[in-house]
Amino acid sequence: MSKLKSTLGIVAIAFITLTVMSCKDNNKEQNSTDGDHSEMNHDNSDGHHDGEKKEMAMNGDSNAQAVLNDYFNLKNALVGDDNGKAKELGATLATSLRNFDAAQYTDTQQSELKDIVEDAVEHAEHISESDIAHQREHFKVLSKDVIDMVAITGAEMKLYEQFCPMYDGGTAWLSTKEEVRNPYYGSQMLKCGKVQREIN
Amino acid sequence: MKIVKIIAIILLVAFVGIQFIPTTRNQSDTVPSTDFMLVNNVPETIQKKLQVSCYDCHSNNTQYPWYNKIQPVAWFLEDHIKEGKAELNFNEWDSLSSRRKASKLRSIIKQIENGEMPLDSYTLIHSEATFTEAEAEELINFITQLKDSL
Repeated sequence: MSKLKSTLGIVAIAFITLTVMSCKDNNKEQNSTDGDHSEMNHDNSDGHHDGEKKEMAMNGDSNAQAVLNDYFNLKNALVGDDNGKAKELGATLATSLRNFDAAQYTDTQQSELKDIVEDAVEHAEHISESDIAHQREHFKVLSKDVIDMVAITGAEMKLYEQFCPMYDGGTAWLSTKEEVRNPYYGSQMLKCGKVQREIN
Repeated sequence: MKIVKIIAIILLVAFVGIQFIPTTRNQSDTVPSTDFMLVNNVPETIQKKLQVSCYDCHSNNTQYPWYNKIQPVAWFLEDHIKEGKAELNFNEWDSLSSRRKASKLRSIIKQIENGEMPLDSYTLIHSEATFTEAEAEELINFITQLKDSL
């Protein structure tokens, strides 16, 4: 009987230790992949053809367009008060932001874009894991980041910068449509806001 | 009865077993020149409050409680500190760009306003870390000012 006990005991220790160890390893792995991602973003090749770059910026770039598309999807989820969908789309946006490649821009633009992207990724990640009130708080700052990004990258389509004076002391966002659909209040105050600027 | 005894022994052995798994400790003797307190003109009362309420998880130096070496407590602390520092490390404040600083300050304000920070699991043991209404207001005013001056 006592043999059985000690065997059981040993098996239990081994099992628990292994389980715990493997959990920790997973954590570490995840972290190191995250690290790789951010390093990829830092890896900007130094620019040579400044003139050419500026021209491309005027026409909009497909990279930035991917970010914009994901941003608009996320915005629409918030307009629709859809917390779950916004979580998913926040994660999608974080990915497209991480994949954003600023190599075609000038050095100053690159460092500003890197800064914008780094900030935006963090907000997108938070959106992927919070309740809707938090998502909207983060969307406010995210919108500022995206507006600043568009100022550098340009956009392929016509955009409307809209503004809601009521949300958190006044808050802007971007939309592809002129009619106002408020992502900060959703159905509660769907049409609150105005177009404050047209882009393109 | 026998089964209870066996389970108790298993748990005891497991408890002893996990004590041998090492954890990383978050401790440092030096405060880098990028520290929040060093680069900002922080009033003394707020400095103290930040130190007591935030720095354990949001800096490179944790004042560990006496039970910190006992598993599974040590893992729990390790995880929280890792997460806390990834989110915001006051020691590395000045290495952030203005945009990132503004983002962080905004988050600090929101989290204090909503009572999300310090975490309940932290204030449970560190009751002195809790913010009174007046302390919260003082901090929020200071952080707001700092954010507007960026």
